[in-house]
This record gives sequence, C-alpha cells and structure tokens, in this order.
Amino acid sequence: MTTLTTVTDAMTERAQSIVPMSMQIRGAHLYDRARRFVTRTNGQKIFVEKPIPPVEEVALVDIDLSNPFLYRQGKWQSYFERVRNEAPVHFQANSPFGPFWSVTRHADIIAVDKDHETFSAEPFIIIGEPPRFMDVAMFIAMDPPKHDRQRAAVQGVVAPKNLREMESLIRSRVQEVLDDLPIGEPFNWVDRVSIELTARMLATLLDFPYEQRRKLVEWSDLASSMEQANGGPSDNDEVFRGFVDAAQGLSALWRDKEARLAGGEEPGFDLITMLQRNEDTKDLIDRPMEFLGNLVLLIVGGNDTTRNSMSGGILAMNRFPDQFEKLKANPDLIPNAVSEIIRWQTPLAYMRRVAKKDTVLNGQFIRKGDKVVMWYASGNRDERVFDRPDDLIIDRSNARNHISFGFGVHRCMGNRLAEMQLKILWEELLPRFEKIEVVEEPEYVQSNFVRGISRLMVTLTPKTQA
Amino acid sequence: MSVVTFISHDGEKYETPLEEGVSLMQVAVDNMVPGIDGDCGGEAACGTCHVVVEDGWIDQVGRSGPVEEEMLAMNPEREPNSRLSCQMRLSDSLGGLVVRLPEFQL
Repeated sequence: MTTLTTVTDAMTERAQSIVPMSMQIRGAHLYDRARRFVTRTNGQKIFVEKPIPPVEEVALVDIDLSNPFLYRQGKWQSYFERVRNEAPVHFQANSPFGPFWSVTRHADIIAVDKDHETFSAEPFIIIGEPPRFMDVAMFIAMDPPKHDRQRAAVQGVVAPKNLREMESLIRSRVQEVLDDLPIGEPFNWVDRVSIELTARMLATLLDFPYEQRRKLVEWSDLASSMEQANGGPSDNDEVFRGFVDAAQGLSALWRDKEARLAGGEEPGFDLITMLQRNEDTKDLIDRPMEFLGNLVLLIVGGNDTTRNSMSGGILAMNRFPDQFEKLKANPDLIPNAVSEIIRWQTPLAYMRRVAKKDTVLNGQFIRKGDKVVMWYASGNRDERVFDRPDDLIIDRSNARNHISFGFGVHRCMGNRLAEMQLKILWEELLPRFEKIEVVEEPEYVQSNFVRGISRLMVTLTPKTQA
Repeated sequence: MSVVTFISHDGEKYETPLEEGVSLMQVAVDNMVPGIDGDCGGEAACGTCHVVVEDGWIDQVGRSGPVEEEMLAMNPEREPNSRLSCQMRLSDSLGGLVVRLPEFQL
C-alpha cells in the first residue's frame, strides 16, 4: 500500500467516524420520539413531586428508596435509618424502575462491592436505564477483565507524578476564583465556586478549550439527570441534543489532539492523549458508544461529585458551626475534615449491581438477575460504624472509612484528585474568610443518584487583617 | 521484643512492635505510621495500605494473592514485591521485617 492510499484511507475513516456517532444518537432520538408518540407519553413526566409522608406512616414493603425527591424533601435520613434497622437488605417489588434490592448497611455494602463474581456492574450502574439505543458503554459498568483494560488506560492521569504537577495549578485556580468573589453580599456558591472550579479542572484534565469549559458541565448535567435512568428532571429531547453536541465536541477534541501529536507536538498528560497512546484504547473513537460512554464517565465522575462536596462542605459547616470554629483553630485537621465532608455529603447515593447467580446476603435470598442497589448514602450513616452518624465531626477518627468512593475494582479512580481539590479549597478559604454564612435554605437536585445542591446562597465576611 | 520497620518514600524509618496474629496494616494504623490509610478496614477492597516488601523478605512473606492482585493491578506505582499490608498476617518468624511505603496511597 502506498503512503497516499494510507493517508486517504485514514481520512475516510476519520470522516466516517465523526458522522456515525452523531447519526447514531439522532437515530436513537427518532426512535424515542416515535415511542413517545405511539405510547402517547410525549410531554408526560414520569415523576411529579408530591410530599413524601413521614416514614412511620409507611409499611416497610412500600418504602421506595428510588423516589427522586427523598433527598430534596429531607426525608432520606429517616427512611434509610428505618430500613437499616428493620430490613437492612430490603426488597421493593413495584418501583417505577421495576423491582430492586436495597443494601443499606456499611458491612453489607462492602461485601457486595468487593464481590464482582456474584454482583455484576453490567449493563448500568443506575437503578433505571438510559433511553433505548443510547446505551453508551463505560468501564464503570463493565466487569473484569474488560473493565481493567479500559480503566488502566486512563488511570495514569491521576498517578502521583501527575497529581504533583497539578497541585500548584489547582491552587492558583482556586485563588483566582476566591479572590473574585463578592464580599458582604449574597451570591450562589454553587455557581460561582463549586461549578466554576470543577469546570476549570475538567477542562485541564481533558485539555478541552478553556473558554468552552461550561459545555463540559452542561453535558455532564444532562448525562446524569435522565428521568428514566435515575429520576432526574431532564427532558429526553434535551438529552439527545446535548449528546449530539457532546459527540461532536469530543470527537473534534480527539481529532485535534491526534493531529497535533502526529504533527510532532510533545504528548501531554491529559486524558485524551493517554487514551490515544494506549494499545487498548487508541482506536476508541472507532467504537462510538464506548468512546462517548467513557469520556462522559470521566466528565461526570469529575463533576457532580467534587462540585457537591464543595457545596456540601459549606452547608455542613453552617449546620455544625462549632466544627468550623474547630477547623479555623486547627487547620491541620483539613485532610480529615475533607474525608468527613465526603462522608457527610456522599455526592453519589449508590451504585447498582445485578446478581449473576442465586445468592444469600445478610439472610435474604437474592435471585440471579435481580437488581441490587448499594446505598452508599446509607452506609455512610450506619450507626454500627459511625458514632452520631448524622453529625459532621471533622476530627472523627474513622472518617476515612467512609464508603463514598466505593470499594473493590470500581473504587473511584479520581479519589486522590478529589481530596486534593477539596483540601486546597479549604486551605485557601480559611485565611481569607472569617465567616461563610448560608443565608437561605438551599435548593436540591431532583435525582435518586446525584445528591446535589443546586443553589446555596452565602455571604462572606473577610478576615480582618491583624 | 520483635519489631517491624516501615521506610517512608523519603527515607524516614518507623519501627513498631510486632504483634502476632495481627495484620501489618493494623499494626501501622495502631502505631500511627504515616502513609498507611486502610480505608476499607482490612478487606483488600481499597488498596490504601500498599507496601513494597524488601527483597530479602518476599519469600517468607509470600507474594500477593488473587484478591489483592485485583486492587494492586490498577495501581500505576505497583512493584513486583507489592502487597496490601492488610493481607499480611504477622507471626514471630517475621521479626525484623522491612517494608517500604509508596509516595502516595491511591
């Protein structure tokens, strides 16, 4: 084969792989619209918010922990506490997402999370499922050995060497954002700090055009708020349009990196370059649903989680003001406080598995094929492990035993980066502000998966210079 | 009394008494050796008690088993003698054991 044909072949391949990805999504969109018209469900919401009754008024079998308003209405603590104590492995037979088991105690969650031979992460890790033909493939929802190969390709982005290089960059970005905040007047912490900082970090990790960084947030929010997946508020038409946009934007990014690498540019330490330089993933773009799935996974993984821990930390310090005083008096507690904030907030409520064979868990018989939901949000409030579990205690001795990162082969790969971002945030907040006061009740996200704060109005009081 | 020694990434030495029947991770945590987190509490499910066994000791200690390997395999810092210290049960025959700590636990 001549060089010329190799080049033209490569160009054809390049052109084709951009077209099919968005075409494929448009096809899925068309199918979904047809389905909604045929079933006359177009424009209908699956979930309409109604007040949730106190848990004492509900029969145990009727408790539905998949209700996407449980967190927003502040009922989740009492519901999970009752299930933990009365039916720790609980079966709900008729949820809008179908039947599922809930695993609510810390020890049982670890047992399930560890045992990928019995409990499969495939095909999805949310209680429901994405729209038909939009079943993007991501390694968080793959079992070994395929999971291991794909994860290995990107794990290096958060290796110690890279983290060290990122630390000063993160610090300067945190400083920029904090120095720009209004003083003495209320503003939305979620938008100005939590979203802004995570967007900047994501753009850096992906080497994505910096001025377009909010696009990453937009795509991530759409991907993690699909109604039929986890009870989120997104409209399917919006989701499909967002995915077409994401497919185009991320393909363009991939092709641009590829061209720059081919043109002799030094390879960067970003995720795209890492994927392109690994044998198992260098052709990822030719497998559109896997390409999109894994990139969306990395974006969602670094977005909702850190964002809501940044907001949750501020909320928690306001609910437990003595802990903020303790932290100001002893900044050496920051690393432990970060673990405690991640426990207290638990930004992702659960991960879902499917039993691959009949099994028994804490006395309950689970059949092959049953859905099993590991409620991290409940395990983190398990009174068997954590003393006064609902309180934020920044010097709690076992804060690190929190379950928010999951355990076993799917354990969060960005955990150290997340901890570092939060640590730096608090290191930079303490010398700047005397008070960070939450001045209105926060607003919460509609979801059974993301434990998100959508609006957190705060007023800052600067430290008086001594 | 027998001891075990942890050597940090920057060469600092931490000597702790050897407690028979207890895991090396637990000994490190009980004696506040920095650099061993043990987030999952000894279930080989988090990989945050990673140590590298000094060459002379690996035959006595044994190499990592399949469950440990699932966590270690994902660690870009792993070495041939890497172990999860929660899976290393201490016995008197391990008196004088030396392990090195990685720069970070992942």
